[in-house]
Amino acid sequence: MDEVYDVIVLGTGLTECILSGLLSVAGKKVLHMDRNDYYGADSASLNLTQLYRKFRSGQEPPADLGRDRDYAVDLIPKFIIASGELTKILVHTDVTRYLEFKQIAGSFVYRDGRISKVPSTELEAVKSPLMGIFEKRRAKKFFEFLQGWKDDDPATHQGLDLDKDTMKKVYEHFGLEPGTQDFIGHAMALYLDDDYITKPARPTYDRVVLYTSSMSRYGKSPYIYPLYGLGELPQSFARLSAIYGGTYMLDKPIDEIVTDSAGLFVGVTSGGETVKAKQVIGDPSYFGAGKEAEGGKVRVVEESKVVRAICFLKHPIPGTENSDSVQIIIPQNQVNRRNDIYIAMVSSTHNVCAKDVYIAIVSTIVETDKPELEIVAGLNLLGPIQEKFVSITSLYAPTADGRSDNIFITRSYDATSHFETVVDDVHDVYKRVTGETLVVKKREVEVQE
Amino acid sequence: MSKQYQFKLVLLGESAVGKSSLVLRFVKDQFDDYRESTIGAAFLTQTVTLDDQSTVKFEIWDTAGQERYKSLAPMYYRNANCAVVVYDITQTSSLEKARTWIRELQRQADPSIVIALCGNKTDLSARRQVSQEEARKYAEEEGLMWGETSAKTGEGVSEIFTAIAKKLPLTAPQASRAGSSARPAAGRAGVDLSQQSTPQAGGDQCNC
Ligand SMILES: Nc1nc2c(ncn2[C@@H]2O[C@H](COP(=O)(O)OP(=O)(O)O)[C@@H](O)[C@H]2O)c(=O)[nH]1
Ligand SMILES: [Mg+2]
Repeated sequence: MDEVYDVIVLGTGLTECILSGLLSVAGKKVLHMDRNDYYGADSASLNLTQLYRKFRSGQEPPADLGRDRDYAVDLIPKFIIASGELTKILVHTDVTRYLEFKQIAGSFVYRDGRISKVPSTELEAVKSPLMGIFEKRRAKKFFEFLQGWKDDDPATHQGLDLDKDTMKKVYEHFGLEPGTQDFIGHAMALYLDDDYITKPARPTYDRVVLYTSSMSRYGKSPYIYPLYGLGELPQSFARLSAIYGGTYMLDKPIDEIVTDSAGLFVGVTSGGETVKAKQVIGDPSYFGAGKEAEGGKVRVVEESKVVRAICFLKHPIPGTENSDSVQIIIPQNQVNRRNDIYIAMVSSTHNVCAKDVYIAIVSTIVETDKPELEIVAGLNLLGPIQEKFVSITSLYAPTADGRSDNIFITRSYDATSHFETVVDDVHDVYKRVTGETLVVKKREVEVQE
Repeated sequence: MSKQYQFKLVLLGESAVGKSSLVLRFVKDQFDDYRESTIGAAFLTQTVTLDDQSTVKFEIWDTAGQERYKSLAPMYYRNANCAVVVYDITQTSSLEKARTWIRELQRQADPSIVIALCGNKTDLSARRQVSQEEARKYAEEEGLMWGETSAKTGEGVSEIFTAIAKKLPLTAPQASRAGSSARPAAGRAGVDLSQQSTPQAGGDQCNC
């Protein structure tokens, strides 16, 4: 391996694969390696054999779950916001040609012990059982205000300034009850905690608008999902990279990240051979995450922990109108927590499991030393659980931006229910690696007749 | 109107057996000894017209080199209607590799997939290591189509693709799958992400 690359990418998670694809398209010579013999790293979707190997070492999957190959179980529960940033990248890089998407059938929120559909338009809000009659009127005014807002038309501002006034002030202006604030902030703006309330209202406004515009795009929910599971996403960006000259190597244990005496990146050693490149990008697991610092440089720090329970059900989640796929948000206030509990469920409609099986993942940010107890409120909504696989994962972030040593480390997949923060990370790393802002523009279509 | 079919065809086999060259010969009737793989070509298409005037449009996926270091993604052969598994008749080891791919397809791909085993580089028959009898026997046992080709001279190339084109409409599950995953045909269709920008070309090629 005496070739010299522009960039070596370590780990085939979604963030790394998008970066690899974009860099190859931009003309960089990319070598992409993964220690596993499959694509996806932490954002992979596993078949039954892989799932049991990971969670139930030595145990065979029960026969009544059906065929191994019918399963693609996500490790990280996330949905794609229809009008969000990931969709833009998918369309503009044209990787949509490798993928097929379906809607998520419903979006629900937990309030006062039961779940209801998230109202996303004034009309739905008016019909929602979430609010009493007077609250409905107030909520209607609030949604009309959001829809009517024009930056350059003060008449639409009702005396409010989205950039200066806090969201608290906006809520108060419309006299919205705490429960209504909960579903606006958590089920529509998709905040995981209440910190946004005391901050300027603009980002919340943007998020609610994103939610409603995504909702109106396909109708049933603001989310879409790739058939065969989220693991298809990294694979399709990897193919994009390969088509633009990227070299792929799976099943490659990485022995060492080689640096020179000044600490600058030189290359990567695998199987006794060192490959050189100008820069390296990789997920935290290739840079010491989860290991004791061995006197070397500490490159990543743990920021928080997430508990996730993958649950196999033989029925749709009760109270969701038999939806084949849903998201349920349990706002933190509703269960006396600081962080929301979040449920994502998909099923055979999305080609991720056998017929009549439903896969729900319940997750939250860990707040105590008994993480499993923290998701009980979510588990209780599921009805009888056939199989449950619980994991507690640390979320890592890099300690440095990589500009001084050419080592660029991505962030772990966080607890949010969508991919917007993943795309933020892509933009951020791309900028640091290339010195240029990533402009997502449409490529020439490369189908050759 | 005569029928139009569209199928996803994937190439599999060891690196350097001539997969990309076969595609280039079939699609453009060209050959190049020193060709680097076409950068930026996600897939090529070629249409075959059958005796009854129906047409079969192949959407041909090349490996983009991802087979080289055991890194071909399962997504590549997912929903493939047919696979051409290529070996080099001058390399016994390449037939072994082809067998591995065929086992993988039998395990992972759609059971209705049409598999053709293809011995390439017949122009180098002086250096032949894999006999026709051996390969044909194996293909028969596994229920595969079989043929030999030379991407260099063009010998056998259109024959093997035409044979596949004839067989596919008879075996492929009705329409639903054809047309590849990227362009869902009938049924409870998926969502089209580009619906708000440009109307999708290709949707009209629907095969029903
Ligand atoms: N003599 C001869 N050489 C071939 C033939 N097909 C391909 N090659 C050569 O074999 C090498 C590998 O071909 P390529 O199409 O890149 O193989 P791939 O890696 O399977 O896609 C190239 O040097 C080709 O020119 C053939 O039919 N006859
Ligand atoms: Mg090739």
